[in-house]
Amino acid sequence: MADMKTAAYICRGCGIGERVDAAQMAKIAEKEGKMNLVRSHEFLCSASGVQMIRDDIEKESVTHAVIAACSRRAKTEAFHFPAIALSRASIREGVIWSQPDTPEARETTQEMADDLVRMACAEVKKMKVPAGNPDVGRNKRILVVGGGVSGMTAAVEAAKAGYEVVLVEKEARLGGWAAKLWKRVPYREPYRDPADTGIDKLAAQVQSDKRIKVHLNSTIARTGGAPGRFTVEVATESGAVAAEEVGAIIQASGFTLYDATRLTEFGYGRSPNIVDQAGLEKLAREAAAKGEPIRRPSDGGEVKTVAFVQCAGQRDATGRHLPYCSGFCCNTSIKQALYFKDANPAVDTVVIYTDLRTPGNGEDFYRSAQAKGVVFTKGKVLSVEPTDKTLTVRFQDLILNEDTAIENVDLVVLATGQVPNSGVNIDLPPEEQEKLEVKPVSILNLAYRQGKDLPQLKWGFADSHFICFPYETRRTGIYAAGPVRRPMDIAQAIEDATGAALKAIQAVENAELGRAAHPRSGDLSFPIVRLEGCTQCKRCTVECPFGAIDEDEKRYPVFNESRCRRCGTCMGACPVRVISFENYSVDTVGSQIKAVDVPDEFSEKPRILVLACENDAYPALDMAGMRRLTYSPFVRVIPVRCLGSVNTIWITDALNSGYDGVMLMGCRHGEDYQCHFVKGSELASYRMGNIDDTLKQLALETERVATYEVAITDIERVPQLINDYAAKIKEIGLSPLKGFG
Amino acid sequence: MSEALNEQALARYRNDFLKEVEERVEEGEWVKMCMQCGVCAGSCPFGPHWQHSPQKIFMMIRAGKREEVLTSDSMWMCTSCYNCVVRCPRQLPITQIIHGLATYAHRLGLAPRDQPTRHFSRLFWKNCTRAGRVNELKLTLGLYFKDGLVSGIKKAWALRNIGLGMLLAKRLNPFELIRGHECSDKAGIQKMLKKAHELENRRRGFQE
Repeated sequence: MADMKTAAYICRGCGIGERVDAAQMAKIAEKEGKMNLVRSHEFLCSASGVQMIRDDIEKESVTHAVIAACSRRAKTEAFHFPAIALSRASIREGVIWSQPDTPEARETTQEMADDLVRMACAEVKKMKVPAGNPDVGRNKRILVVGGGVSGMTAAVEAAKAGYEVVLVEKEARLGGWAAKLWKRVPYREPYRDPADTGIDKLAAQVQSDKRIKVHLNSTIARTGGAPGRFTVEVATESGAVAAEEVGAIIQASGFTLYDATRLTEFGYGRSPNIVDQAGLEKLAREAAAKGEPIRRPSDGGEVKTVAFVQCAGQRDATGRHLPYCSGFCCNTSIKQALYFKDANPAVDTVVIYTDLRTPGNGEDFYRSAQAKGVVFTKGKVLSVEPTDKTLTVRFQDLILNEDTAIENVDLVVLATGQVPNSGVNIDLPPEEQEKLEVKPVSILNLAYRQGKDLPQLKWGFADSHFICFPYETRRTGIYAAGPVRRPMDIAQAIEDATGAALKAIQAVENAELGRAAHPRSGDLSFPIVRLEGCTQCKRCTVECPFGAIDEDEKRYPVFNESRCRRCGTCMGACPVRVISFENYSVDTVGSQIKAVDVPDEFSEKPRILVLACENDAYPALDMAGMRRLTYSPFVRVIPVRCLGSVNTIWITDALNSGYDGVMLMGCRHGEDYQCHFVKGSELASYRMGNIDDTLKQLALETERVATYEVAITDIERVPQLINDYAAKIKEIGLSPLKGFG
Repeated sequence: MSEALNEQALARYRNDFLKEVEERVEEGEWVKMCMQCGVCAGSCPFGPHWQHSPQKIFMMIRAGKREEVLTSDSMWMCTSCYNCVVRCPRQLPITQIIHGLATYAHRLGLAPRDQPTRHFSRLFWKNCTRAGRVNELKLTLGLYFKDGLVSGIKKAWALRNIGLGMLLAKRLNPFELIRGHECSDKAGIQKMLKKAHELENRRRGFQE
């Protein structure tokens, strides 16, 4: 680039000046780093230091700068120069704070600082200032799929924030499950009595809101596009198709109650007096309409005893039923027991549970039911047997440790769980799909290369990180809310829907500006592909965790930048390295690897490359430095966006240039993943599984490349990992490839 | 009585016995609030020596096991340390309920006959209500000779040094054997107790 003007700024503050030779670093930046301008300052993040950089940008037209001071995670406000390319060398956290302050350590500490300056100078010259995604969509309408409590709440909340909403509901009326309930679990003080559902009011609010357009009896026939420019075909029952343009989507498709006919041990279907919770709600509504107490369904007889069977077909270890707890059903049974107790305290109600779980303020509700005389018995129900007019419930009393029974029970209510309406499991191979008894119906019908619906995580629920990033899915701009995401009750669904509405708003706003969504929110860089070099291997289209890349008819990748989260997994996957970001590429990292000064084999100074995930491992290293936990001076750390972005060329380059080992630090993957890009670290570990062959070809020990799962809290573990690995390298000896690179 | 019990046995996990406890046992209305966490059972210093922990007793009441509860010797094992009351997350007055159950079983004549604590309680009550004050010497001797003359003499002999020490320290007065210290208004005390008894009977629905 002709008009590139580089500058390096060396800070001497925070003890850097005392611990390392700043003048030498400046010399290296000038001579080796070839920086046009090199300045040193005693306190770079001070007003005068920052002004100095600003002046250089303005008067000297500096376009690329290196700041050798603290970690890139510190002083981000002071060192905020969006107009120039910036690389930060972490001399403070990465060198002086993580090395012992002893005369013996002085030499290696200086070497570390020098290398970090070399690396930053090499990196910055390969960087460009991101221009932003030119392919922006400006549609800010929000599509809500599902007209239950979650969907309607999301619609109302988005509308209240000033956004237009399109709501699609497959039934003829709004309300979903909540409309089928007689009452709901109390949601405010004193949490004592079942409360009105309020669903009619909510439905009326949706229908009267001018910003909300409702499609009833409708499903989604096709969803294409990207955040800010989704095109959705809404098919009505009559066959008519309406096209809607939206900017973001909230999937609130809810749940189906687990099929109680599969619970043969509880006799469902053998007597009308055995019902599931939905069945009891129906009885309660019907009875209330007539102004009568709930009667025995078989003969209309008086109900004197009701038994509630908790965890019916849930928390099942045998693999026949649901393995999980649905979380809402204990509170629901308490509520339903009170339908009877509040009407007539003489009715005996027994709740048979193994663990009573009452989330929210359910504990107060539980106490209220106890005070009203509902009997709670810790036990495991063995069978429900119809007798003449009534039922016998056999169970194991877990407190008294005996098999026992309740006879002459008039009504048994089975607390079955929630099964998410999450559509097609796109990860299931086609031959497995064929074998399914019930063919799932797609909810979104996404016209994406990777499948029609949201990817699932566990037990069929739409993937979203329960704790760290709720509502986020692996399809950018599409958010899951309510029981499709995880089992929940009405109160939680309302909270969920509000959260998802805010995420959808963020998505449309970011899309308009061409910026990334979570977790790199605000990032203006986007993947740029050099198609003339592409070999159509399809790795990027298959591996993209977010389904951002489709294929055209010639099987070239088509990047939908607005769907991209900028993790760089495609860049890591590409065998011909034609994918890059303006400020993060195979070159920016590769040049850093090559910039390090690798001592010869007689120096007894190994060089270990650490590629650390910037989300967890790199902050953990920073914090280790803040706590002055020391680690080997032979490591050179390069932060990466995600371990998924690590291209194997970096590893082979490093080993070829004489590095003695490579440590890859990423987030935990698998079922309880912590990867911010969901699949990045998993893909990296898969790719590294194949690197052993490469190592053998180079006649190197397989220990020379090691992958670690590191969490942000592993502050003490990370230095230990490094030291252990350094000891290992010492044990197996220095690389024989030194001097050939 | 036995017929009534059979009827109870049929009414498993119905509220009948629970209601009886609520009406007739001191603090019995708290039994339904137990959440079966088992903290009381784990906190009881006598835990391993009970047949049924408080947790189990409460569950048995809910399960309608009337006879088993009222004939259990567990309630008589309580030393009133109040550990369970302090720790109960539901703040049940467990010690009081346990004593209430013991009293109720005693009144119905269902409590275990030879239970030592029950025996002591009866001795103590008789002893202290007679004169309005406890006659310690008579109470002790009554306990020693519970199982007959020979066993009583053996127990007294085994503890002779303590007895002598107490005598020297004037903590034991041999003349109490003849006549102990009494409160000044014996008749008043007895009248008060009688009234209390009547009140309780009326409140709990006992027939006298």
